[in-house]
Amino acid sequence: MSGIPLPTPNPITRPHWEGCREGLLRVQRCSACGDFVFIPRVGCPRCLLETLEWVESVGRGTLYSYSVVHRPQRPEFEVPYVVAIVELDEGWHMLTNLVECEPEDVRVGMKVEVSYREMSDEITLPYFRPRP
Amino acid sequence: MAHPLHDIAIVGAYHTRQARKLDVSEPALLLDAIRGSLASAGIEASEIDGVNVSSWVWRVNCREAVQWLGGHPCWTGNGSPGIEAVLEAASAIATGQAETVLIAAAQAGEYTDHSATVSWTRPSSEFVECWGLYTAAEFALIARRHMHLYGTPPEALAEVAAAIRSNGARNPEAVMVGREVTPEDVLASRMVADPFHLLDCCINSEGGAGIILTTRERARDLDCEPIFLLGGGTDRQGMSYTSAPIWDLHGRVGARAAGRAFEQAGLGPSDVDVAELYDPFSFEIIRQLEAFGFCKEGEGADFIGDGRIRMGGELPVATNGGLLSYSHAGLAQMLQKVSGAVRQLRGELPDELTVPDASVAIASNGGAGALFCDVLLLGKEPA
Repeated sequence: MSGIPLPTPNPITRPHWEGCREGLLRVQRCSACGDFVFIPRVGCPRCLLETLEWVESVGRGTLYSYSVVHRPQRPEFEVPYVVAIVELDEGWHMLTNLVECEPEDVRVGMKVEVSYREMSDEITLPYFRPRP
Repeated sequence: MAHPLHDIAIVGAYHTRQARKLDVSEPALLLDAIRGSLASAGIEASEIDGVNVSSWVWRVNCREAVQWLGGHPCWTGNGSPGIEAVLEAASAIATGQAETVLIAAAQAGEYTDHSATVSWTRPSSEFVECWGLYTAAEFALIARRHMHLYGTPPEALAEVAAAIRSNGARNPEAVMVGREVTPEDVLASRMVADPFHLLDCCINSEGGAGIILTTRERARDLDCEPIFLLGGGTDRQGMSYTSAPIWDLHGRVGARAAGRAFEQAGLGPSDVDVAELYDPFSFEIIRQLEAFGFCKEGEGADFIGDGRIRMGGELPVATNGGLLSYSHAGLAQMLQKVSGAVRQLRGELPDELTVPDASVAIASNGGAGALFCDVLLLGKEPA
C-alpha cells in the first residue's frame, strides 16, 4: 500500500495521529456527558461545549460492517482490500481496513484489534486484524 | 390553509443527449439544457427572473448565468441542482422573490483518469481516503449491515439492478440502450465493492438537464402541461464521505424528508404511482423504499420481488433506466430525477416505459452512504 493518500493532520486531528505514531488509539470523550466523539471535532455535539478530552481506547472491538473492494479507489491500493467499520469496545465506531485476514473469512461481528503500520515519518495508520 | 408549495408548478423539463463521452463542451451542453427547458415550457428567456444554473468542470455559476440570460434574472439560487434547488426556488416564488425560475445543470469532460474512480466519488478526507474508500464502498458498508441484520440476499440487489437496467435497455435516450440485463447477469458480473457487482453500480456519463418553475396562475397561461409540486423535504445527517456510514445512525436517512413530503401532500406511499428514486447502487432502492415507508424496515427485499418495481408492476422505479443505465452526469443526475419524473408524468417517455394513468410521482436525491436524502412529490393534478 505504498503511495496511498495519507492524512494531513490539522490542529484538531493531530492528537489522534500522534497517538497512532506512539501506538495509542486516541479518541475524544466529553468530560461533561461522557460521549465518545469520532471523527475529531472542536466541541461535543451533545453539549455544544469545548469539553472534549483525548482518552485512550482499548483498541479492541467487533466488525460492524465491511466491504471487500476489488476495484481500487486509486491504483496505489492493492486489491482486494477490506474496508471496515469497527465498533470499539467503548461503543464508538471508526473506518479502517481489516488486514491479516483472508477476504472469504471476514464476518460481521468478528472480534478485531488495532494493528499499527508506519506509513511515513509522520503517519502511522491504525489498521485492524482478527483477534482470538 | 393550503401549503405554499401547492401554488408552484414545473412547466418545463428537458434532457440533453447523454453519453459516456459527448462531443460538445460543457458550457455548450449547459446552454442546450437552458434552451431546451425554455422550449419545453414555451416561454422566452426574458420571462426568467430567477436562475440556478451550474456546471461541474467549468464551474459556471448562477451569477454568470444571469449574464448568459441577458441580465433578466434578479434572483439566484445556491441549492445543489436537484430537489434542494427545487425547494429553494419554490420558496423564492412563494415569497415573491421571483415568478419564473430556471434550474439547469450539465457535466462533461470530468472523467479522464480511468486508473482511479471518478473524482466526486472520492473527496479528500483524512479519515476516509487512506482506507481506499469511495462511493461504492461507502454504500456497500450500509448494504452489508442491512444484509447482516435482515438476511437481505444478493439476489434481491440483483433484481433491483436488472429491473432498472431493463428500463434503460428499452430507452433510446439511455446510454445503455439495448443492453438487457437479467439478475443472473448482475450476479455474474465482476465484483467491485462487495456486495456490489459491476452491474449493481451506476454508470458514469455526460449530460445535462433543466426545469422551469413558476406559479400555478402563470402556468395556466402557458402552452404546456404543468406538473404540480405536492410536497418535499430534506434529510441532512452530516458531511458526505468524511466519517463512517453507520447503519444505526444513517440507515433511515430520508425518512424525515419523506415524512414531510407526504404530510404536505396529504398522501401516503400507497398513493404513489411511479418512483424516480436515486439509484447509485442497487441496494439504495431497497433502503429508500423502507425509509420512505413503502414497506417496513428489513422487508425491502420481499417488497421488490414479484416484479413490483418493474414496468407493469405496482411501483415502477427509475423508469428511464436511472443512474444504472440511463445516465449519471455528475450533479446533473440529481436534477434528472426531478425532470425525469416530470417527463414521465407528461408521457414523454417511450410508450413501453410510460406508466399508464400515473398521476403521482416521487423523486429522491442522495442516499445512505452520502448521509443526505431529499424527497419530492409531484402530481399531474394540483394538491
